[in-house]
Amino acid sequence: MRLLEAARAAWNAIRAHLLRAALTVLGMVIGVAAVIVVVAVLQGFAHTITSQFKSLGSNGLIIVPYETRRAALAGRQARLTPGDLIAIRQQVRGIEDVVPMLPMARFGGTVRYDNRSTASSITATTPAFARGGVQYPAQGRFIVPGDDATRRPVAVIGDAVIKNLSLPAHPEGHYIQMFGTWFKVVGVLNKLGTLLGVLNQDNQIYIPFETGVSLSGRSTPPEIVIQLQVARAREIDSIKSRITRVLRQRHHLQAAQQDDFKIQSSGQLIKALTKVFDIITLVVAGIVGIALLVGGVGIMNVLLVSVTERTREIGVLKSLGATRGDILLQFILEAVLLSILGALIGLSLGWGLSALVAHLVPPLAAARVPGWLVALALGFTAIVGLIFGIAPAAKAAALDPIDALRYE
Amino acid sequence: MSALPIADAAPLLELRGITKRYRMGDSHVHALQDVDLAITRNEYVAFIGPSGSGKTTLMNIVGCLDRPSAGTYFLNGKNVEDMDDTQLARIRNREIGFVFQNFNLLGRADALHNVMQPLVYRGTPLRERRRLATEALQRVGLAQRLDHLPNQLSGGQRQRVAIARALVGSPSILLADEPTGNLDSSTAQEIMAMFATLHEAGNTIVLVTHDAEVAAHAHRTITLRDGRVIGDARRATPGAA
Ligand SMILES: Nc1ncnc2c1ncn2[C@@H]1O[C@H](COP(=O)(O)OP(=O)(O)O)[C@@H](O)[C@H]1O
Ligand SMILES: [Mg+2]
Repeated sequence: MRLLEAARAAWNAIRAHLLRAALTVLGMVIGVAAVIVVVAVLQGFAHTITSQFKSLGSNGLIIVPYETRRAALAGRQARLTPGDLIAIRQQVRGIEDVVPMLPMARFGGTVRYDNRSTASSITATTPAFARGGVQYPAQGRFIVPGDDATRRPVAVIGDAVIKNLSLPAHPEGHYIQMFGTWFKVVGVLNKLGTLLGVLNQDNQIYIPFETGVSLSGRSTPPEIVIQLQVARAREIDSIKSRITRVLRQRHHLQAAQQDDFKIQSSGQLIKALTKVFDIITLVVAGIVGIALLVGGVGIMNVLLVSVTERTREIGVLKSLGATRGDILLQFILEAVLLSILGALIGLSLGWGLSALVAHLVPPLAAARVPGWLVALALGFTAIVGLIFGIAPAAKAAALDPIDALRYE
Repeated sequence: MSALPIADAAPLLELRGITKRYRMGDSHVHALQDVDLAITRNEYVAFIGPSGSGKTTLMNIVGCLDRPSAGTYFLNGKNVEDMDDTQLARIRNREIGFVFQNFNLLGRADALHNVMQPLVYRGTPLRERRRLATEALQRVGLAQRLDHLPNQLSGGQRQRVAIARALVGSPSILLADEPTGNLDSSTAQEIMAMFATLHEAGNTIVLVTHDAEVAAHAHRTITLRDGRVIGDARRATPGAA
């Protein structure tokens, strides 16, 4: 009841000078808007990156060739081959969905259609690649086991390829030429957009793994990357060491020599990334927290001036029977309401800016303002308002009624 | 507000040896010296005296806005000296209605909300506040001006809002410090007529003025000079307006 009355009085005082109130809380507004935008964008960014790793699932492992600098200088070149793939399939139990990826032309193999040509990233892989992955056929089909077994010259292409080659919107059944061979288009991949505005993820072509192997040079075995899924998450470590043993043996590594490959688990990667984003979020939150404190000081100063301006009004209220407590409560609530007003303006501004950023930068499409952040921003600014409202409110409450009434 | 008989009533307020000193550098200014005074219910009293004689100081002490440097003050049988600031605020809220020379209305609030304000500090529910304030404004003839802001009202209307605000909580005593000081003579007449009506309705009124003509409306005149009471005259037949 008393709180409600004090809040009403505080709100009326704010409403009387709405423009001044808005200027007073500018620090709050900017602080809150900044935290909202930064956290929303960070979350969007983290979401985009982790979702790409998540396509592997938390049980996923990636094996990539890796050579220490010393070994590389010694002229050795790390590689994983289809032979390694077969060995892992046969000798390591507890794994499923072993997906080899053979980069045929990582940064642009020439692709022709009619008399037009373009450069695309071409990868040979198996049907399992599309299972639960980020890329799946939006039209037609992905590579099927039959394609792989009989080394069919078929291709699943990305949206950018269609555009670059001016293929029909439904290009299934048309033929494109790569590595001197004609490939029949059997499917079109879903659109992924551009990563960080640079890397077009839709300029991709997938062909059957065995088709790719047969096309690569016969003299040296092709170099591949292997993705696989562990059946049970708790076996990840034992399976990693088993794979390590198999590959070291196949690569004839001496005990003193280091691995010439790396086994990364997607769970680990996501965890590491999440940690980095959490730290960035914390640092930003800390900086913004300081900004909000500065905003609180601004509110305090304006309210101190306002108390002086309203000395006479306070005297009148006291003559009508307002106690120190009534005046104290009214001015503290005025500070809190001002802060919350600033937070609300900042929230909407930050929300709008985040939406704008998400709209302009597609990889940040997942940018969103989390509920906990809204609650935190409101709660924190309210507390800041409360703390910085104490000094002006105490000043107002302590005014002597006679002196206040006589104030000119 | 019931009209109590004037005679034989226990005093509503009683001041004994009230002194108020202000420090001015090394010396003291005696705004009030050894004032003894008793006022009973339904009296209409004027404090009169030249400027600087201590009228306002006395009224502020009577209204519990200020504390004396020495002396005792009983209001409704209670010793005000023992009270803390919160209790004094409560007394001001329930027992006292102030009317000031410069009206002292809340500039952002309309007439209705100005009059409702004292009831806020009593915890009167909103609807009841609105009803009582509307009634009080009707009594001062401003029923048509409820939603006017002070700067949309004339001086006389503002003072009537202030009177309605002083009356809305049915206080024991109405204290008016130079209530006509900022008004032209015909508006001043209206306000003085209103005080007469309020007195007839049973209110206790203390009027502070330096103007003998204004003081003539009261039934009792207490004259102050240099902080001392130098005269206390009752009239059998109050002066005509
Ligand atoms: N706060 C104060 N500090 C110092 N002197 C004061 C103060 N208030 C009043 N006085 C002095 O007390 C005397 C009485 O003042 P006041 O009660 O206002 O007189 P009146 O209302 O009769 O004109 C004056 O001499 C005035 O200067
Ligand atoms: Mg005076």
